[in-house]
Amino acid sequence: MPALLEVQRLEAQYRWTKVLHGVDFAVEEGGITTILGANGAGKTTTLRAVCGMIKTAGEVRFAGRRIDGRATEDIVRLGIAHVPEGRGTFVNLTVEENLRLGAYGRRERGALAADFGRVYEYFPVLRERRGQLAGTLSGGEQQMLAVARALMLRPRLLLLDEPSLGLAPLVVREIFRIVRTINRDDGVSVLLVEQNAAIALALADHAYLLETGRVVISGAAAELGRDESIRRSYLGY
Amino acid sequence: MDIFFQQVVSGLATGGIYGSLALALVMIYQATDVVNYAQGNMAMFSTYIAWSMLDAGWPYWLAFFATLAIAFVGGVAIERIVIRPVENAPILSIVIVSIGLLVILSSVAGWIYTYTQKPFPSPFPNRPVKLGNVIVGAHDIGAITVTLIVLLLLYLFFRYTTLGLAMRAAAQNPVSSRLVGIRVGWMLALGWGLAALVGAVAGIMVAPVVFLDPNMMGGILIYAFASATLGGFTSPGGAVVGGLIVGVTENLVGTYVRFIGTELKLTVALAIILIVLMVKPSGLFGRGTVHRV
Repeated sequence: MPALLEVQRLEAQYRWTKVLHGVDFAVEEGGITTILGANGAGKTTTLRAVCGMIKTAGEVRFAGRRIDGRATEDIVRLGIAHVPEGRGTFVNLTVEENLRLGAYGRRERGALAADFGRVYEYFPVLRERRGQLAGTLSGGEQQMLAVARALMLRPRLLLLDEPSLGLAPLVVREIFRIVRTINRDDGVSVLLVEQNAAIALALADHAYLLETGRVVISGAAAELGRDESIRRSYLGY
Repeated sequence: MDIFFQQVVSGLATGGIYGSLALALVMIYQATDVVNYAQGNMAMFSTYIAWSMLDAGWPYWLAFFATLAIAFVGGVAIERIVIRPVENAPILSIVIVSIGLLVILSSVAGWIYTYTQKPFPSPFPNRPVKLGNVIVGAHDIGAITVTLIVLLLLYLFFRYTTLGLAMRAAAQNPVSSRLVGIRVGWMLALGWGLAALVGAVAGIMVAPVVFLDPNMMGGILIYAFASATLGGFTSPGGAVVGGLIVGVTENLVGTYVRFIGTELKLTVALAIILIVLMVKPSGLFGRGTVHRV
């Protein structure tokens, strides 16, 4: 069976600086894939390239169909929810309005109430704060809101850009627990980009290591985590 | 005291019109960070379209709503055809485009309809209305009512519909909006359409007072700038309140300050702009821009 997301020879650049030099990776249907790497390795660029937020070369296939070169809003409407770097919160809108917007791009408009119920169950704090302006939430709450907003799309694939960044360890653990639940119970495939290798490898089943725009190592997450030399030279723990 | 109240009521009537045009300015400013100098002349042109329909014998309210529809489509078309190609250009380029649009609309209107002033009918009776001891024109009352209805409908649209929510989102955060599947380009075009529609209402309501000619919105646009500056360019509600304050202030100053009279009224608007920019640049209800460093 072909992978849900298949990326081949992906290249991307900002102005004159090439950031990705032919990256290949895949996300299996129902799987969790992680892309690890240091600052500036091209992790965020990879996610942005998948979503058509920057000009790219190479092939990106989603569920067998080419999506490279298509507009971001069309790619999102296929069922790819992107939780961006910096969380992308609509700070001047309420929590509930943020969530309503999450459901904007999906085909079936019905059963919104059920989806609200589901994300409020995952993130009870959002229910308490639903009338509040999203900009007044704490960093952890905004990250929860970003994940919840992505879920409102009822995505087939969830792209997560460093969800652990700047958050307390307890909050990070909570968010990762919920991502695992979403993956297991709702069958949502996940592509996770992280600097925090330990927690990402514990969650993922497949991992790629990115260095200056190239994949240097790939394999089963558990194996990468066990390999002493990789751990020491690349993952730093 | 009766003169005072009379001036307040008629100030509210013109203020509502300033406020509507200011709201149109603010709507476009919030979505694209651009002050649309052509807003007044777009309204003027819409009013001429209404005049043509009335001249052809259409019933007033049919012409009114048909004009709003045309103004809306025209606003969307202007954004798609004229503004979109310079969307990513520096702000100054877009400002120049909007000034070009201002000149073109004015010239085309003069070419089609000539520069002679035309009377424009009011749908409201020509007799004054007595509210207690205060006598006010029926058109003033009518204009206030129509303006308030339009503003209320806009508020409900932006507050409670999904499309309105998507338009607000697209204005605030285009990148995140694309990531939830909003077609940001079309939302901006719809914003231009709605702004043109609101402007058309202002034009049609003010034309019976100032008469119709290609330059009729020139002065009113300056009042609208004063209103938007006073209320805060980042606050739609503030623009409307600003308009009402400017309208009333202008009338009271014109009545009670002898040397200003009717000739120097426009100076009041300019003075308001100057004072607000010196004392509180973000306006009464606006938010200052905060940049994270």
